Amino acid sequence: MDIFPLLAEGFATSLSPLNIFIVLIGVTVGLFIGAMPGLGSVNGVAIVLPLTFVVPPASAIILLCAIYYGAMYGGAVSSILLGIPGASTAVATTFDGRPMAQKGEAGLALIAAAVASFIGGTISVILFTAFAIPLADLALAFGPAEEFALVLLAFTTFVGLGGDDALKTIVMICLGLVLSTVGLDLISGQPRLIFGDLPGFYSGISFLVLAIGVYGIGEILYTIETSKKSPTVTAAKITFSELGAGLRRMNKLWKTMSMGSFLGFFVGMLPAAGATPAALMAYGIARTTSKKSENFGKGEIEGVAAPETANNAASTGSLLPMLTLGIPGSPTTALLLGGMVMWGLVPGPMLFIEQPDFVWGMISSLYTANVAAVLINLALIPLFVWALRMPFTVLCSVVVVLCIVGGFAPSQKIHDVWLIAAFGILGYILRKADYPLAPLVLALVLGPLMEKSFRQSLVMEQGNVFVFVERPLSATFMVLALIFFLLPLLKYLKKPAKKPVAVK
Amino acid sequence: MLKAESVIAMGLMGLSVYFMYHALVLPIGWVEFAGPGGGAFPFWLSGIMLLASGAILIRSLRSAAPSEPFFDPDTRRAVLSVCIALVVTIALLPIVGAYVAIPLFMIWYLAIYGGHGWKLTAILSVSVPTFLFFFFEVTLKILLPKGITEPLFIPLYAIFF
Repeated sequence: MDIFPLLAEGFATSLSPLNIFIVLIGVTVGLFIGAMPGLGSVNGVAIVLPLTFVVPPASAIILLCAIYYGAMYGGAVSSILLGIPGASTAVATTFDGRPMAQKGEAGLALIAAAVASFIGGTISVILFTAFAIPLADLALAFGPAEEFALVLLAFTTFVGLGGDDALKTIVMICLGLVLSTVGLDLISGQPRLIFGDLPGFYSGISFLVLAIGVYGIGEILYTIETSKKSPTVTAAKITFSELGAGLRRMNKLWKTMSMGSFLGFFVGMLPAAGATPAALMAYGIARTTSKKSENFGKGEIEGVAAPETANNAASTGSLLPMLTLGIPGSPTTALLLGGMVMWGLVPGPMLFIEQPDFVWGMISSLYTANVAAVLINLALIPLFVWALRMPFTVLCSVVVVLCIVGGFAPSQKIHDVWLIAAFGILGYILRKADYPLAPLVLALVLGPLMEKSFRQSLVMEQGNVFVFVERPLSATFMVLALIFFLLPLLKYLKKPAKKPVAVK
Repeated sequence: MLKAESVIAMGLMGLSVYFMYHALVLPIGWVEFAGPGGGAFPFWLSGIMLLASGAILIRSLRSAAPSEPFFDPDTRRAVLSVCIALVVTIALLPIVGAYVAIPLFMIWYLAIYGGHGWKLTAILSVSVPTFLFFFFEVTLKILLPKGITEPLFIPLYAIFF
């Protein structure tokens, strides 16, 4: 299929005055959210999503994507200026970004981060454009059995590759799936899990309520606890001569930046991995392959470039399975998926056929958002320095109010606001006890699809369970899922042999 | 003393049992030629959750207690007071309405809890509700709860609708 005419039509959508304006607003908001310590793209999208009813779906998704993109750029700002990652995805940027700022090279580090983000974003958007149609075509062959196997595969990647405690991951996936079954049974239409006939539960638990609770209220509570003292902000100004010097330095880092982009894109596609591990991996590879590896951790520009290309590339990568297969690659894309369902669009291969304007408008907006983000990022640096000095209580109070009102607005039920408070406090406690939250949110979003596809295939096959292994594509996914699921068990069995060595 | 890890695992086990009890309303077994019944998914998934959190409990009981307390003693009060303020604000919403509850929350948070000056507090607790009114009620036509303050808004409705 020809991509270029489709992409050109997409640009016709995304370059309309309204959408350009939306991209600029989204990127600016995203940059600020990303730059604030504690708040990242997922928090930004969760808090802003209820406000998107004001624009048509195509513009709403462009707004959210722009916020997502902007937050990826913004995360580096507080990593460099405060030494605290603005979002978990920017952790690796602190390793060399902070030392650079302490050496008085804050401006150079910020330029490096912005340029690297731009390169990572651009390479990954091109990869995205190239892979979208083949993947969507493949997904057209999917029946309910394949859908179920794919969702199962997504969950097992969390168990096998997520890096968190396997038992706790399983608990969170099950909790999310059980919460997704609240409401009316898909097939018989009878109410279930309504907890003593509470009317608020008949319509189920919206992903938005869980997301605002966990990523809005929960995050604020967590930040209140962890930020006892306000850290010192390193001042930074950027002059044109510095910008020129920065660009010349970056010009020598093509190898590192293309490595980071490709790595980030493919790691980002995996549901369990995403931007944070991609950035850490890119940093690790850059350190081992660099000629200046002894400078890493002491303020090496390459150590800023590698993770920043990777985390931006990963954020684009995680959009690919969401849009083509309907399986989100990260918590943020899970929220985008939930938002699309709310606007009446079903992500997946059919979207490419039924709503080409929407799909290509969104893809082309990634190009415009990327250009807008790098320019706004560099232009607003003095403003960021000022904003990072703002007391955290001001931001917190506004975010809490937005969470309350944003939770009320979509359904107009106080019931949902109570649920947000409950999820927020529970999410905060679970996070402190090292329970991973991403699988919980993903399970709530994917739960209905998983149950529907499982029961649909069994109804179609009259209760024959072997349908999942009889179809080749579905069987492949099932085998992969089994391998991922057994990975922690294998690690556990191997452990006792190693233990005596580790004892001091 | 019990560790936080064990308490949380027990709480999750209790939650699983509670879910399993409620899932029993619909058939949880295998329906001939149609696959699992309507209660099967929540019931058996809660079952797996029960087993996994049980395993976490056993593991936690067998390991040594952590040296640090679960809640940071320095900030425990701060987190708790924000939680209480949140609950009070939500409880007030249907009674006195959003345009009293939200400014009250902001005044408490900024002036009393945050120790900011009255000027900043006044600016924010007036501008945020004003923005909310114009965004939700005027633009989106979504009415926020008003409670007993409803009559005060009738002249405003007359202007904007």
